[in-house]
Amino acid sequence: MSSAFTREWLLDETPASRAQAAWGRRYRAWLDLKENPLAMIGFTIILIAVVLAILAPMLATHDPGAQDLANKLARPSSAHWFGTDELGRDVYSRILYGGRITLGMVISVVVLVAPLGLLVGCVAGYAGGVVDQALMRVTDVFLAFPRLILALAFVAVLQPGIESAILAIALTAWPPYARLARAETLTIRNSDYIAACRLTGASGWRIVTRHVAPLCVPSLVVRVTLDMSSIIITAASLGFLGMGAQPPSPEWGAMIATGKDYLYTHWWVPAIPCTAILLTSLAFNFLGDGLRDVLDPKQS
Amino acid sequence: MKSSSKLRGIMTMFTRRTFLAGSAAIPFFSYTSLLDAYADTPKDMLVVAQQLDNMTSLDPHEGFEGVGTEMGSNIYQRLVRANRDKPTEIDGDLAESWKASEDGKSITFKIRKEAKFSSGNQVTAEDAAFSLQRAVIMNKTPAFIITQFGFDKDNVASAIKATDAGTLVITLAEPTSPSFLLYCLSANVGSIVEKKAVMAQEKDGDLGNNWLRNNSAGSGFFSLRAWKPSESVMLDVNPHSLYKSKMKRIIFRHIVDPSAQLLMLQKGDVDVARNLTTEQLRVLQNDANYNLVSQGVATLVVISLNQKNSNLAKPEVWQAVKWALDYDGIQKNIVPLTHKVHQSFLPGGYPGAVMDKPFKRDVAKAKELMQKAGLADGFDIAMDHYANQPYPDMAQAIQANLADIGIRVKLQAAENRAVLTKMRARQHEVALTAWGADYFDPHTNAEAFCINPDNSDDSKRRTFCWRSAYQSKEMNEAAETALREIDATKRIALYDKLQRDHMDNSPFTILLQSVYTAACRKNVDGVWIGILSNGTYEKVVKA
Amino acid sequence: MNKRLKALASLLANVALTLLGLAIITFLIGRVMPVDPVLAAVGDNAPHEVVERIRAEMGLDQPLIVQFFRYLGQVFHGDFGVSILTKNAVTTDIARFFPATIELATAALILSMLIGVPVGVWAAVRQGSWIDQTIRVICLAGHSIPVFVLALLALYVFYYLFGITPGPGRQSVIYQDMVPQITGFLTIDSLLEGDYDAFWDALRHMAQPVFVLAYFSMAYITRMTRAFMLDAMRGEYVITARAKGLALRTVIWRHAFPNVSVQLVTVLALTYSGLLSGSVVTETVYSWPGLGQYLTTSLKNADMNPVVGATLLIGAICVGLNLIADLLYRQLDPRVR
Repeated sequence: MSSAFTREWLLDETPASRAQAAWGRRYRAWLDLKENPLAMIGFTIILIAVVLAILAPMLATHDPGAQDLANKLARPSSAHWFGTDELGRDVYSRILYGGRITLGMVISVVVLVAPLGLLVGCVAGYAGGVVDQALMRVTDVFLAFPRLILALAFVAVLQPGIESAILAIALTAWPPYARLARAETLTIRNSDYIAACRLTGASGWRIVTRHVAPLCVPSLVVRVTLDMSSIIITAASLGFLGMGAQPPSPEWGAMIATGKDYLYTHWWVPAIPCTAILLTSLAFNFLGDGLRDVLDPKQS
Repeated sequence: MKSSSKLRGIMTMFTRRTFLAGSAAIPFFSYTSLLDAYADTPKDMLVVAQQLDNMTSLDPHEGFEGVGTEMGSNIYQRLVRANRDKPTEIDGDLAESWKASEDGKSITFKIRKEAKFSSGNQVTAEDAAFSLQRAVIMNKTPAFIITQFGFDKDNVASAIKATDAGTLVITLAEPTSPSFLLYCLSANVGSIVEKKAVMAQEKDGDLGNNWLRNNSAGSGFFSLRAWKPSESVMLDVNPHSLYKSKMKRIIFRHIVDPSAQLLMLQKGDVDVARNLTTEQLRVLQNDANYNLVSQGVATLVVISLNQKNSNLAKPEVWQAVKWALDYDGIQKNIVPLTHKVHQSFLPGGYPGAVMDKPFKRDVAKAKELMQKAGLADGFDIAMDHYANQPYPDMAQAIQANLADIGIRVKLQAAENRAVLTKMRARQHEVALTAWGADYFDPHTNAEAFCINPDNSDDSKRRTFCWRSAYQSKEMNEAAETALREIDATKRIALYDKLQRDHMDNSPFTILLQSVYTAACRKNVDGVWIGILSNGTYEKVVKA
Repeated sequence: MNKRLKALASLLANVALTLLGLAIITFLIGRVMPVDPVLAAVGDNAPHEVVERIRAEMGLDQPLIVQFFRYLGQVFHGDFGVSILTKNAVTTDIARFFPATIELATAALILSMLIGVPVGVWAAVRQGSWIDQTIRVICLAGHSIPVFVLALLALYVFYYLFGITPGPGRQSVIYQDMVPQITGFLTIDSLLEGDYDAFWDALRHMAQPVFVLAYFSMAYITRMTRAFMLDAMRGEYVITARAKGLALRTVIWRHAFPNVSVQLVTVLALTYSGLLSGSVVTETVYSWPGLGQYLTTSLKNADMNPVVGATLLIGAICVGLNLIADLLYRQLDPRVR
């Protein structure tokens, strides 16, 4: 037998343990993903974005909050690679720090939303009956709400800011995951595998968390990756309507919102954060698309 | 060979097509050829791009917001109005002349005989009496400007009376300064509406309110043709007024985004843009194709310190804040074309306004004051401000200025109304807001900034300074005395002293006065903006 | 028969419950907002007595539960309350503003369908090729930019630079007040009047917002069509048809596509809901007097009657669309039954 985590071990046709099988599956999926050029481009961009965000303090040339009113709206130059904004702050540094906020926001939302949606959906699908109906009604209510409007309303109630934006987006983003998880659970729950689990005496709760939920994860991963771009966009739209991250936060959406008045006169102020959003969103979309092709080709 | 037959083919195709299409198609073709001709607006129509979403009613005895008031100034006339160039003088508008009694308790107006409503009927004193009574009886938001003289729905019929077709007499319970009364009557709520037209539309005793909300019955230069909320307002020239110019119609288009207003102005789709930002105006400033019309208006940008906070209650801190701000820097760098530096509580243009600017950034002095207050290490505080530009930018500059003297400010942005709600509930610590004067008399702001008789949480009289829990017996008395002074010159002097005292010793830092700028295409002349949303368009011409 | 009725009844009950939940949430949001709705009615500087008086007049000083049940009662009578800002009945306001949004959303849906579906089919047929990849990039790009940026750019490029389309607003200044309001749809109303110039003008003003919205939703339609087509083309009968020697075009459109069209219906329903919500931002850029603008202005001023009314309307439409999609899906696809 080969040692763990080498290529032969991962591609072994007869895995010796469940863990090895799981890792083997993941490795094969990775190999499939590598075939997809767009997905790899997306993956690379995201990787770069994450690295830039982590290394922001070292890579920034200026303090992102430092105002230099005399030098405001300066064109890109060697002193300021991306120019300065309406308060004289260096756009390049703000983009780097903004990446931390934007990516952080996305991760926060996903961390809140995916487990919640997964849990609600699996419980609803597995339990059935009244529990299912009740949970689905709640899900439907949130689903029927136009996402931007509900987020707007929530942010209006709480104070405009990143935390409120995260909460608001999370509250509107979880229903599709619940629906998805429920649909998956409904197909799985009558399978022999689950019946076997029940025969061993496992409680419902244990079955849901340890057996059903993990099977729903692949489609959820696809959905999450695709959703990340729309989370970024929703946050930016909230900023446009004045309800998102507040200045002086260098969040990309807020930068576009405050910079949009200068679009026609000093284009780089809103255009550069917009490009940043475009590239990151595209990257997530490419990756998500690729993941879907690999993990879940039949799922829409 | 080939090309000519092809050409013939196309020709036949064209004629066959046109023939088959018939007469119905011709409007299509004729319009497309006229596309370019409509790029500029017609010569007898003025098109203005303006944010119109703050209008709730065009009934002058009900509406109280800036844009609606401006429409009202074009549609209605009042008894008197402040002189456009010399605001300390009062001119007659519908009133030809007036005489105050010796005891200061009554005033008699003579109504102009040649004034006519848009319906063609003559304006009589009965219309004037009806209008002022209507304001009091309906008792909507702006009514307090009139009712503060002691009128209510029971006594108003006898207190404001038309003794004959051309004479109106107003009687007061207490003697008052005539200039104060006249200035209040010049406000939008003192507009004279046509009694006959309004009462014909009365329903359920509403005195025609529901109808007058989006119709008009006035004697001003224009009348209301149509108001589509959040879309447009159309005014037609009143043929029975003294209008002399050549326009036939004014259309106000509701364009939300200032960038869109700018584009439309540059393309010639609108003649005037009212809501451009400083940066956009800067672009047009040096362009000979446009001219900018600016006017300082009666709105002040104020920093309020809530006295309920122990740190903010120290008078040394009040003055430290005033000496810490870089007024010129903020004005020049953030809002050069939309605000000017102003430091007293009466806006420039008001009778008696103090135009001195004693404060400028002096970090050493401010720090010394902080030390005297025992706060040499500074303190942390939160500042609420409006979320719409330019307030966030101003707030950030202020934050930086105050950081230099040890005050560490956390910024909290919120919708305008959210900030106001918080302030009215006394929940703020520091607030950066705007205060617009209600009518054209010094008392409006003196009351706001100085008078607070009852500082408890359930006071019945909640002025602007009440919101920040500021109460000063001396200021109260000085403001009340100034209000009652009958001699006009002495009154001005009292307000002068009040403003200076207030600058030296109050928790309110006034930094800027708003300047409204209208950007006009170069062929448009005669646009003027009033200090209190009372600018009118009757002098506009298009070359 | 009984089984059908039972299913229908439970379906309607679900819909009603969902709408009730919507109403509760929106109502709560409105009353819990840190903005005093009375301020919108009386103005910012109004004296305290005036504010309190108007508050009592509007019934806003009652406890929340009381206000909610009063509201529910009114709703059942078709009365959605009065807007503090416009002072009109909410139903009147919505009747004014909603057609403008529907005009945009419907036109955008049609356009994105007309372009998206064929493009999706093409991408499926040419799966893996550079055409497929290019289409994928173009579609995803539309989903990766905030709508308002797209709108601002379009405004600059097509209106300002090239002068192809007119600027913001629904109609040119000259046609203001010239077209009577029959249905509220400018296009239909002007046609009914026989005023072709106004019709053309309205259409031209719609061009930009419709294109922006359509581009935004095209991504989804294209991707879905592609996915469905790929599925359909793998089916047994397609292989059989091809084996029989039928041309590719026939196979696609006569055999594979009809099955896809069933699933597309669900996609269209979801897209329409997304368009209604996307119009909120687009309408601000183009100063389009539609429901989106009405909603945002009311929200900013804590004028909750319009917000609840408009949200219930949009929510009901979304629920309705999902319902129709569900029913159609079940009807048209024999395999699901």
